[in-house]
Amino acid sequence: MADRVTNVLIVGVGGQGVIMVSKVLALLCQRQGFEVKQSEVHGMAKRGGAVFSHVRFGKKVHSPTIPTGEADILLALEWAEGMRWLENLNPESGVFISDTQKIMPPFACRNRSRNQVPIYSRETPAEILDKVASGYALDAAGLATDLGNERAANTILLGIMSTAFDFEPQDWLDIIEKFVPKNSVEINRQAFLEGREWVKNASIPEVVTYDDKRFENESVMRNELEIIPHWCKGCDICVRMCPEQCLELNDAQVVEIPRADDCTGCRICEWLCPDFAIKLHKVAVPSEISKELVLET
Amino acid sequence: MDQLVDTGVERKTKPSKSYPMMGNEAIARGVWEAGARVCAAYPGTPSTEIMENLATYPREDLVAEWATNEKTALDIAIGASFSGVRAFAAMKHVGLNVASDSLMSQSYIGVNGALVLAVCDDPGIHSSQNEQDTRLFAKFAGVPILEPSDAQEALDFTRKAFDISEEFDTPVIVRSSTRLSHTRSVVCQGNRTEVEAREFNNDIAKNVMIPAHARSRHPKVLQREGHVIEYLNKSDLNKVRKSSKKFGVITVGLVATYVEEVLPDASILKLASSFPLATDLVADFMKSVEQVVVVEELEPVIEDQLKVLGYKIEGKKYFSRDGEHSPATIRLGLEQCGFIESSGKSQPLSAEAIARPPLLCAGCPHITSYMALNGVNARVAGDIGCYTLAAIEPLHAIHTTVAMGCSIANAIGMAQSGNETRPVVATIGDSTFLHSGIPPLIDAVYSNANITVLLLDNHITAMTGGQDHAATGRSLRGEDTTRIVFADLCRTLGVKWVREVDSYDVGTLFRTVREATEYRGVSVVISNRPCVLDPTKIRGEPVEVRTEKCTGCQSCMNLGCPAITWDEEMYDGQHKVTIDPTKCIGCSICTQVCPVDGIRPVKNS
Repeated sequence: MADRVTNVLIVGVGGQGVIMVSKVLALLCQRQGFEVKQSEVHGMAKRGGAVFSHVRFGKKVHSPTIPTGEADILLALEWAEGMRWLENLNPESGVFISDTQKIMPPFACRNRSRNQVPIYSRETPAEILDKVASGYALDAAGLATDLGNERAANTILLGIMSTAFDFEPQDWLDIIEKFVPKNSVEINRQAFLEGREWVKNASIPEVVTYDDKRFENESVMRNELEIIPHWCKGCDICVRMCPEQCLELNDAQVVEIPRADDCTGCRICEWLCPDFAIKLHKVAVPSEISKELVLET
Repeated sequence: MDQLVDTGVERKTKPSKSYPMMGNEAIARGVWEAGARVCAAYPGTPSTEIMENLATYPREDLVAEWATNEKTALDIAIGASFSGVRAFAAMKHVGLNVASDSLMSQSYIGVNGALVLAVCDDPGIHSSQNEQDTRLFAKFAGVPILEPSDAQEALDFTRKAFDISEEFDTPVIVRSSTRLSHTRSVVCQGNRTEVEAREFNNDIAKNVMIPAHARSRHPKVLQREGHVIEYLNKSDLNKVRKSSKKFGVITVGLVATYVEEVLPDASILKLASSFPLATDLVADFMKSVEQVVVVEELEPVIEDQLKVLGYKIEGKKYFSRDGEHSPATIRLGLEQCGFIESSGKSQPLSAEAIARPPLLCAGCPHITSYMALNGVNARVAGDIGCYTLAAIEPLHAIHTTVAMGCSIANAIGMAQSGNETRPVVATIGDSTFLHSGIPPLIDAVYSNANITVLLLDNHITAMTGGQDHAATGRSLRGEDTTRIVFADLCRTLGVKWVREVDSYDVGTLFRTVREATEYRGVSVVISNRPCVLDPTKIRGEPVEVRTEKCTGCQSCMNLGCPAITWDEEMYDGQHKVTIDPTKCIGCSICTQVCPVDGIRPVKNS
């Protein structure tokens, strides 16, 4: 760490404490006599988006951002965010540290066809730890919850990261104390030490992943709405209540389904129709066609 | 370039008294040190923290206030300059579009007390509607622009800008960028210099821009350019290192740090300003090296000027005009023009990334407003704010967004086109409405346009992190002031149909929006509910899904609430839903939307 610049990339989801962690590291490095630059982009951070922060320190630091593929440490507070930024890690010598907790964005759950699994990173900790030069993956959020405050997960990860540097544990703790709320100083101290302790017996965690194949043998169903026009009096209830907004009243004030592909088969229209004018049929699709349909989705 | 660092600013504190500061904090510090007395700004990422930091300095030293928009901010600063004190305005790049009318004339008028603007560009469009280059505006207005490359320079250049402003009788722009504004690095601070106020200069030929006066001022603007060039030629704000005789780089601002990173010890001329250009320094540098490239972010401002001067240089051929630069793009460019050899790096690691776009918060009062607009199948002209996120999945309820305050006039045009079969609605936030939504509302009344304005009043400027405005009744320094009341304001402007509604009351909101869109003429619905984050973080009892009742219809998921995701359990091939109790704030919107009454407060279970 003498002359060359050390690059640490800290990533996570808005609200997890990415900026807090990077401020701790930046201040510590400055106290140790290094020049430090810490760069972040915020604005979208609060709104659940991806957040990242570059910390660079050394005798002299020029660029505030880390050149691609030159991060010495990638610290991820959430698993899929670790995956997003993995290409920034130095492939020969970079250290990968990640929480295995999953923060599932609602966007992962947008496909409304039958038998879908959420869209989330598929790489397992074992696969990634095999790829990187060295790394740790653990359920820090779970460990922190056991300690009594799940928000201390980032301090556990700081504890793990601290083992990669020569700084004294007490120096870290002095700075952490400055940045955490007064009533959680003790729990963060424990969390930091817990992280350092965990490294000694580091293991690869078993993580439950969503199984893409579990629906493979399920038959594909198509939703077909049957509308009985002469029973419909155009009350509009189904049109208003359809969660996917597939229905419309035509010029004759009779309900129609112009966006049949959007229908998820939830049956709300069927249940709410006061006149029994609308019915849902789930039709099994023959196997060859069903394969094509699966490919389309 | 260490050995060359000499910013010429007198340092009264020792270097040991230095702190890590964000670029924006450093600019604020520079403003305070320079003895500025009046400062105004309208919040806008990435410039917001400048004014927030200025408000941390003693009120005896300076006035720091939020203005209604960037033009009023600049006009307030101009007024203070007329009255002989040092004045400052801050804004983001697109804010200068709003303020530019005043800047163009003020360039002719010049200054009495110094007048400095900090303008923060957003290369890469992290949080804006475009990535325009403020340096072109400086050239357009004939106003010098200083471009710091780190927080220390941000402080020093800002401080110096006030001196240049008074010495050359000109407004001065300090240009930052997202990367500089939001990077913390060590800054060595100075003390405040108290500058004696000048007397009002009662020279109407200089201060009153009627045609005859303006004609006499324009030549002065052009002469001034020459004087500033002479100054810059001698200024140690520029830095130069001559090493290689073969290759040289001319650069400016933050990208200079990328050049240093990739090509340490290169022959380099780091200019302090893209306009005007220190022509002697450039000539001298050009003589000392065989081949020169210009590295600058966004537009080829320096490159074009050098080409006009007849120099054989390249720039944008190797370094993109588009987006934000990084050490990687600079490396690639320098490789392409033959300054460095290809590094032949090993294959980078890779993994699958998932989409994680920003979302409206759990309990955001905007959510139901846009559901209601979907319910009436409205054509929606949107505006700038958090609510612009309603344009994307799952709400899909905004069809246009141009710039601050455009929604209402856009809606008028849509209604006047005669080509719109759907009800036309403009949606605009409280702060944006005050910024530039009032004149178009007057237009709507004046032309009796058949539109509905949905005023999303969440009692704060939310997008930029929670700043007060004229309708919150609090000033930047937290004092109580007169509060603008929207319903009264709209009625006073001549709107006959005005209703206020709590956007958490979904049924009433839907009914009100329906009635408003059925009204012929201008109707205003004010959705009145505070932001869940600012100024107070709101948290109530979370709600939970009664899994046994859930039919997987996903009505609640159509809200786009970050607390609601799929459950492992299925109902007829569809996922049931689950609510994360740590994210839920108990706003109750989903309980009102659920068709099977399957969501209830946790405490009742």
